Amino acid sequence: MSLKTKIATLQERTASAPAALEVANIIKSWKRVAILAKKELYSYFFSPIAYVVMVIYLVFAGYFFFSRFFLFGQIELRTYFVTAPLLLMFLAPAITMRLLSEEINTGSYEMLMTLPLTQTQMLLGKLLAALAFLAITIGVTLSYPLTLSTFGPMDWGPIIGGYLGLLALGGAYLSIGLFTSALTRNQIVAFILGFAICFMLFLVDKMLMFIPGFLVGIFEYLGVEYHFQNFTRGVIDTKDLIYFGSIITVAFAGTRIVLERRK
Amino acid sequence: MIRIEDLSKNFGQVKAVDTLSFEVSHGEILGLLGPNGAGKTTTLRLIAGFLRPDAGRIQVGEMDAVEETEQVREKIGYLPEYNPLYHDFLVYDYLQYIAGMRGIAPLMREARIREMVEVCGLSSLMDKKIGELSKGNRQRVGLAQAMIHDPEFLILDEPTAGLDPNQISEIRNIIRRLGEHKTVILSSHILSEVEATCSRVVIIHQGRVVADGDPRELQHGAVNESRLHLKIAKGKSDQVLDTLKKLPGVTQVETTQDESAEIKGYLVRSPRENDLRPEIFQLSNKSGWVLYEMHREVVSLEEVFRKLTAN
Repeated sequence: MSLKTKIATLQERTASAPAALEVANIIKSWKRVAILAKKELYSYFFSPIAYVVMVIYLVFAGYFFFSRFFLFGQIELRTYFVTAPLLLMFLAPAITMRLLSEEINTGSYEMLMTLPLTQTQMLLGKLLAALAFLAITIGVTLSYPLTLSTFGPMDWGPIIGGYLGLLALGGAYLSIGLFTSALTRNQIVAFILGFAICFMLFLVDKMLMFIPGFLVGIFEYLGVEYHFQNFTRGVIDTKDLIYFGSIITVAFAGTRIVLERRK
Repeated sequence: MIRIEDLSKNFGQVKAVDTLSFEVSHGEILGLLGPNGAGKTTTLRLIAGFLRPDAGRIQVGEMDAVEETEQVREKIGYLPEYNPLYHDFLVYDYLQYIAGMRGIAPLMREARIREMVEVCGLSSLMDKKIGELSKGNRQRVGLAQAMIHDPEFLILDEPTAGLDPNQISEIRNIIRRLGEHKTVILSSHILSEVEATCSRVVIIHQGRVVADGDPRELQHGAVNESRLHLKIAKGKSDQVLDTLKKLPGVTQVETTQDESAEIKGYLVRSPRENDLRPEIFQLSNKSGWVLYEMHREVVSLEEVFRKLTAN
C-alpha cells in the first residue's frame, strides 16, 4: 500500500471514527486489565501456597499483636505496625513469585503475550491481582482494631494511616516481587531475590552509623521503614507517597526491560 | 492476506529466520514445512506478535504486525506449539477468560463458547480441569481458544500433534472448512498432513524458503522420473527383465520383493513424460505373462522434502 493511500485511509478512519471510538478502545483495554486481574486473583485460590502464606502471615501478625495485648495489657496496634514491614518482606514476594515465572516456565506466557494486551496492561493486571490478595490478607487483621475498640475509645487516625501505609509498602514490595518473577522461571529463585531486595530497602537506614555524615540524609530517605512509620503516626505525606510511587515505577520499568529482552 | 518480506530473527549467533519471504492470501491454507529447528515456530511466533523481528516486514491484512501489534493480535487466532494452557482451570472457565480477553461482549460469550463446543467436540469436557485432559482433548481446547473470536487469520503451530488418527481427520476437516473463508497458516513436520490439508506449501530449511507452491507442483518439480511397480507370474525372472528393458523409453528395470514363489515383483523406471502402462500391458499379453498388479508410484512430498532439506 502506498503512503498516499495509507494517509487517505487514516484520514477516513479519523473522520468517521472520532474521539468516541478512542474512548471505547480505552475502556476495552481497561476491561482486559480487569479480566486478567480477576483471573490472576482466581488462580491464587487454586494453589495451596497462597493459603499457606496467608495463614503464616496471620499467625505471626496475630502473635505479635496478642502477645502485647495479653502479656502487658496494652490496647494498641503499635507492635503490629512495627513488625509488619518485616512480615511483608516475606509475604509480598511469596504472593508475586509465581506471577510471571510460572507463566514463563509452563509456556503460557506465549499465550498471554499474543492476546490483544500491551505489556503494561498485562503487568498492571498482575500487580492489581497481587495487591488485591495482599489487601484481603491485611484486611483480615482489621479484626484487631475492631476487637480493641470494644475495650475503649480508639485513636483511629494512626490506625487508618497504618493500614494505608501497609498497602503502599505492600504495593512497593509487590512490584519488586513482580520484577524478580520476570527474571527467572524458577519461583523459589524469584522469591529469594525479591526478599533480598526488599530486605536491602529495609536495612538501608539501619546502618547509618557506617555511613559518612553527608550521606546519612539520603540513606535515611531510601530506607523503607522511615516512610512507613510516618503513615502509622497518622501522617500521609506526599514525600512518602512519592517514595513508594517511585519504587513501584522503577520496579515496573525494570520488569518491562527484562520482558522486552525476551521478545 | 498475510505477507512476509525479508523477515529475519537471530537468537545470539543463531539465525533462526533468515530473510524469509512468502505470502498467503485469503481463503488459502498454507502449510509451513521443515525439519526440526528450521525456524517454523519462530516464524509463527513473529507473525503472532510474541517475538519482534530483527529485520523485515510482516503485513497482516492492511496492518503492520510490528507497528500495530495489538490491533493485529485482535485479528489473529493463535495456537502455540505445545499448546500451553492453565492446568488449574476448568475448560469452561478458561474459554470464558479467553472470550473476555478477546473482547467478546459478555452477552455473546455463551453463544460463542457453545459454538466452539460444537465445532471442536468439547461437550463432555466443559466441567473438567484442563490438567486432567488427555493430550488430544487439550489440543481441542487449544483450537477452541484460537477460534473463539472468529479471527480472520489463524496461526496454528502443529495443530494435530499428539492426536489419534480419528481426531486428526476431524481437526483437518475443521481446518479445511475454516480455510475457505479465512487465512490459515499451519506448521507441521508430518507431510501427509500438509498434503491432505493445505492448498499451498512452503518448505523452509535453516530459516530460508527452499520451496513454495502447490503440493502437486512441488512433487512433479522435484523428481523427474516415473516408476511402475509390477507383479508378474508365469515367466522367468531374467527373461522378463530382458524383455522389459527392451521396451522403448525404459531407463532401468530391477526386481523387487516377490509376493510368492510364482508372483514376482519388478520396478520399471522411465522419464516422467513416458507413460509405459499400455505398452507393458500389451507386452505381458503377448509374452504369456500374467499381470497381477501394476501401479505407478506417485512421488511423495516426503521425497521432495528430503531432497530439499538434506545437507
